[in-house]
Amino acid sequence: MSEPFEPVIIGFTCNWCSYRAADLAGTARVKYPPNVRLIRLMCSGRLDPTFVLKALSQGADGVMITGCHPGECHYIEQNYKAMRRYLLLRRTLAQMGIEPGRVKLVWASAAEGVKLAKEISTLVEEIRALGPLNWPGRVKMATGGNGTAVSAHISQEVTA
Amino acid sequence: MSADPTKDKERIGVYVCHCGTNISATVDVENVAVWAKDKLADDGVVVARDYKFMCSSLGQELIERDIEREGLTRVVVAACSPHLHENTFRGACHRAGLNGYLCEMVSIREQVSWVHTDKIAATAKAKAMIAGGVERVIENEPLESLHVPIHPDTLVVGGGIAGIQAALEIADSGNKVYLVEREPSIGGHMAQFDKTFPTLDCAACILTPKMVSAGTHPNIELLTWSEVERVDGFVGNFTVTIKKKPRYVIEELCTGCGICWEKCPKHVVDDVFEAGLGYRAAVYTPFAQAVPKYPVIDTENCTYFQRGKCRACEKFCPTNAIDFTQTETYISVTVGNIILATGYDLFDARRVVQYGYGRLANVFTSIEFERMCNASGPTNGEIVLRDGVTPPKSVGIIHCVGSRDRNYNNYCSVICCMSSLKFAHLVKERTGAEVYNFYIDMRTAYKDYDEFYQRVLEEGTLFVRGRVAEVTDAARGPGEEGKIIIQAEDTLIGKQRRIPVDMVLLAAALEPRKDAKEVAQKFGISCSANGWYTEKHPKLDPVATMTEGIFIAGAAQGPKDIPTSVSQGAAAAGRVLNRIGRGEIELEPVRATVEAAKCSGCRICNNLCPFGAIIFHEDLMVSEVKHALCQGCGTCVAACPAGAISGSGFSNGQILAQIEGMLMFDQPANLLNLAEMALA
Ligand SMILES: Cc1cc2nc3c(=O)[nH]c(=O)nc-3n(C[C@H](O)[C@H](O)[C@H](O)COP(=O)(O)OP(=O)(O)OC[C@H]3O[C@@H](n4cnc5c(N)ncnc54)[C@H](O)[C@@H]3O)c2cc1C
Ligand code: SF4
Ligand code: SF4
Ligand code: FES
Repeated sequence: MSEPFEPVIIGFTCNWCSYRAADLAGTARVKYPPNVRLIRLMCSGRLDPTFVLKALSQGADGVMITGCHPGECHYIEQNYKAMRRYLLLRRTLAQMGIEPGRVKLVWASAAEGVKLAKEISTLVEEIRALGPLNWPGRVKMATGGNGTAVSAHISQEVTA
Repeated sequence: MSADPTKDKERIGVYVCHCGTNISATVDVENVAVWAKDKLADDGVVVARDYKFMCSSLGQELIERDIEREGLTRVVVAACSPHLHENTFRGACHRAGLNGYLCEMVSIREQVSWVHTDKIAATAKAKAMIAGGVERVIENEPLESLHVPIHPDTLVVGGGIAGIQAALEIADSGNKVYLVEREPSIGGHMAQFDKTFPTLDCAACILTPKMVSAGTHPNIELLTWSEVERVDGFVGNFTVTIKKKPRYVIEELCTGCGICWEKCPKHVVDDVFEAGLGYRAAVYTPFAQAVPKYPVIDTENCTYFQRGKCRACEKFCPTNAIDFTQTETYISVTVGNIILATGYDLFDARRVVQYGYGRLANVFTSIEFERMCNASGPTNGEIVLRDGVTPPKSVGIIHCVGSRDRNYNNYCSVICCMSSLKFAHLVKERTGAEVYNFYIDMRTAYKDYDEFYQRVLEEGTLFVRGRVAEVTDAARGPGEEGKIIIQAEDTLIGKQRRIPVDMVLLAAALEPRKDAKEVAQKFGISCSANGWYTEKHPKLDPVATMTEGIFIAGAAQGPKDIPTSVSQGAAAAGRVLNRIGRGEIELEPVRATVEAAKCSGCRICNNLCPFGAIIFHEDLMVSEVKHALCQGCGTCVAACPAGAISGSGFSNGQILAQIEGMLMFDQPANLLNLAEMALA
């Protein structure tokens, strides 16, 4: 096919900062590519790594995790926990033969509509460059098992 | 596709809003509605409509009618952001007898039509998002708001002007207040001032009556020389442990006559109230109008406590009120709400080494100058050099010391331009000296402030616009001998200037209390990057916090002047009174719950919760979430390795279903790519 590859990206936002940044990008009519579909969580701390693996295994080519800036989480410091999970998740993905760059963590305050739009545009380009994910093939090759077993393992490691 | 086959299929209504043309210009809304009815029928969609304005009363009635006639059990509204209209549509469902939490919004305006231009791609994205909403709403559960009874007593922490105002408002309404102040007297910074801008009324004249009211009010229990040790419980029902430091004075006996501090042989520099400019005895009240009037003994400086001898105060006290054997006591109180009004600390001007404070005798801080101006202060209100006798002939006042400076604090301290103008006026009025104000920008917003600036200009104060580079005593010429020289760039004439003066005043920044972070943690609230307590919403909810039942007021929330501190104190009191009046509050039911049967007792979740909402039952070896404390962030839900914690409103089932829904038309098995979706 000659048409450019249009990646599908799932984005997780927290209710207080990054979802509001998306609201603001809208109100300010800031344009970004339509490849990202956002899901609202109360806080980035709610992000169970299973969600990311689920999205990737169901056909998403990339995942964006967003939250309030460090020190500004509305639940005090849960975004630090999100950050720890994210770092572990990237390692796990690498072990599974999946480019860690497919998952990205971005901080965006409720005032940073423009920043969020920019980050989305950048991520779309990055994922476009990586190409389609083809999850089942890659996971089988790397682990010989299934992805969700790995995710339970990550949750444990993060909190211990 | 994902619904549990054993469950009856939900009957779902999908409503796609045009928002005038805000959405319909970029998303083919009619096509989306037709598509939803067709492609999502298997998932339970029985009605799908598009309408000009869903949020209008006609739009809402459309939903209500369908719930009644079509027997809808779930509703999806694809329109603007849920932050705008979630409550509107929940209300519509509720009116038609459907639990509001069985309604889900999909933001196709803020997240689609307003941010994309390609109609085909935007329409496809809207469809994917609606599919996500439909799959999610199937997993939604009916929720009821939590009702929590409110204990009518209130705790106010910090007895500055903000805390005093809050306490008085609540007490005047007939409700009990515990006012906890860590210093021996209430009053805060305002008690240290002489005059207050912009009206120049005397601080003591307006503050003292309020302090006295707070001290004598039958509904206020004043706990000075005290600090909050522990906070347990949650909104409506906090248990607070307060530490009362020993005063070594029996309050019931003391009459505040002052004989003890007259007889005390030990005199020490008063670094707190007098800002190091004056002295006090080892047994003291910080100032004459202190409330309460009972002194405290400062054990670090008391001769008896240090050397075992003296007891002069005990000997002379006419009522035998001195008691050297007192120890710390703890009291526990139950309150429904808490207001934190702990104020600010002054920036340590020593940190700006080039301004010479602490090295050059005649460089003073703003607070030192306030004490100096005060008629009952160390110089009896005389403006004099450090020698205590010589009035200055010229004075330089430097604004923004430690504020608006990347090396210290980026923010503006709000009050220093005005306090510097006040100083300029007082110096002129009382000494006739030449006054130079060095400023970066003059910030005199708010009522009557700029008029005050005009007045000071007319009085002949000289203004130099530019940041001061250095304050030095190294004279370069005869005119500079024996003077302090202020070197600054005058940006209005584009030249470096050296101005010799006798006295320099530094308008030091307002900073968060040194222990603000610890205090915030104790009460389960957060601080901004700069260290000020974080409000729930910077514009629309400035005195509430993210923690239910904890409010903030005054300079603890950010630099501000007295009128704003008073307004916030009253505002926080208003919020508390509203709850006391209703007797209970409703809380959003977005909460975590531990399923005891699944909990393995690993306790991983216990320390994760920022609000201490998770308790562990040692006997049963299971954890439990206290719903009134839980704020619903969901961190514990994501962390529980046993999958024992569920988060209502944001359950794993809901989120996984939404992910699945959003992607179900992208899977290769469906053989539908984005373009085909748009055309379907
Ligand atoms: C030099 C100078 C001049 C000023 N002049 C003016 C003026 O003329 N007009 C004007 O409008 N504003 C003026 N201001 C600003 C004014 O000081 C503040 O607006 C005001 O004092 C804020 O009141 P507050 O109650 O919030 O805080 P504070 O006055 O700081 O009071 C806080 C109180 O809480 C107590 N506290 C702190 N932590 C705890 C704790 N953990 N437990 C128990 N108690 C605690 C403190 O001891 C204190 O009593 C001036 C400021 C400065 C620095
Ligand atoms: S993390 Fe889960 S299993 Fe462990 S104590 Fe908490 S609720 Fe129980
Ligand atoms: S959801 Fe958040 S606030 Fe509620 S108990 Fe869990 S960690 Fe605490
Ligand atoms: S609320 Fe935004 S990251 Fe926690």
